[in-house]
Amino acid sequence: MDAFRAALAWLFDGTNWSENDGLAQQLVEQVLLTLTSLGIAAAVALPLALWLGHLGRGGILAVNVSNIGRAVPTFAVLVLLSVGPLGSDRLGPYGRAGLATLVSLMLFALPPIITNAYVGMREIDREIVEAARGMGMTGWELFRRVELPLALPLILTGLRLALVQVWATATIAALVAGPGLGNTIAAGFDNNDSDRVIGGAIVVALIALAMEGAAALVERQVDPVRRARRVSVRRTPAAEPLAA
Amino acid sequence: MTLPTADTGPACYVFTINDWICGDYYRDRWSELRDATVEHLWITAVAVLLGLAVAVPLALLARRYPRFEGLVLGATTMVYTVPSLAMFSLLVPFTLLTARTVIIGLALYSLTILVRQMLAGLRSVPDEVREAAAGLGYGSLRMLIRIELPLALPVIMAGLRVATVSTVALTTIGSIVGYGGLGNLLASGVDTDFKAQILAASVLCVLLAVVLDLGLLGVQRALTPWARMRAA
Repeated sequence: MDAFRAALAWLFDGTNWSENDGLAQQLVEQVLLTLTSLGIAAAVALPLALWLGHLGRGGILAVNVSNIGRAVPTFAVLVLLSVGPLGSDRLGPYGRAGLATLVSLMLFALPPIITNAYVGMREIDREIVEAARGMGMTGWELFRRVELPLALPLILTGLRLALVQVWATATIAALVAGPGLGNTIAAGFDNNDSDRVIGGAIVVALIALAMEGAAALVERQVDPVRRARRVSVRRTPAAEPLAA
Repeated sequence: MTLPTADTGPACYVFTINDWICGDYYRDRWSELRDATVEHLWITAVAVLLGLAVAVPLALLARRYPRFEGLVLGATTMVYTVPSLAMFSLLVPFTLLTARTVIIGLALYSLTILVRQMLAGLRSVPDEVREAAAGLGYGSLRMLIRIELPLALPVIMAGLRVATVSTVALTTIGSIVGYGGLGNLLASGVDTDFKAQILAASVLCVLLAVVLDLGLLGVQRALTPWARMRAA
């Protein structure tokens, strides 16, 4: 455990955060990369997946995209893109190999978003959809007021899985001379400096856990079905035995 | 004196040419590719089997004790959230720069998938079937082996396929400690801007995942002949 104690001491040394290309700069790079690529991926994938789900078409594509995403190593795509056409030049605040890293992250955010959003739309009870149509809802009204709220839990699950995936992939970007916190880990391995290796890994892991936890919390808060149930419980306290 | 050959130019993988697709590369470096693929394969296989060996008792205990189930699911979710590069780094103080670091890290990831799928598979066995077996005098161990596991097999195998395919992809990250199979070729390919090697290692990696996936599908078909009979 001495290795971990030494790594913690290294983490509490402010100069390791503030130095040029130190932890703080790498952290900002990696958070920016993660949020940007997740945002772009969601903007592209959600409308497509929801539209396909609404129509009930393209199911094979929407489900298989996850199988493909799983079989292709993120490391290979990062390497192929940075050595290939996108190059490893700096891209503003995103750091070295910024464009190649952004595109790779975006590609790996797509499968969980697409598959979960599509499955969320298709798993809605067909009788509810029929009833809504019977009430005279147009396609848009049906989507907006029935399908979207019911599919929301799985849509959010997809976004959470994508977030975790993107953060993990962004860590690997350093292995192809890219930006982010992986640089601290990689430099530690190169220089046989276990404080850097473990310290960097602790930061990466803790932020991953914090993001997963925050996303799970948001998921719980936003879920309209659960929220409706909570409201109805509050209105009729006698109906359900409330835990103390 | 050597006889003049038709091919006199430099190989297409030399730095000045550096083609992505290069027959000379496959001819001259095939033993390197083979060794990397073999390493990739055994690291993947050992990791998934280790994950499976730990997942079986965990799933059975979790089914028995609901409180333990919450603990197992919570802990495995946390493990799964930790990025692979960080996971290997955190294991290094215990396992040093050996293949064990990669194998244990990957086993932890596949464990997460396998425990969940096993619980789902065992839950998918209808209660009536269990009651009928109990009525026929099956004890709990015999029921597990003869009734529940065979019926849960398709769901469990689906989990095994997902775990295997993910593990093949993640093994590449093991190159950080020098045990990444084809990932080692990716890493050295980046350092030397070696395009033929990068493409070959990437394609082999995906091929390996597809072949293992289809192989496991074949095993599943062979183990559950009744599923095919029903479909026919």
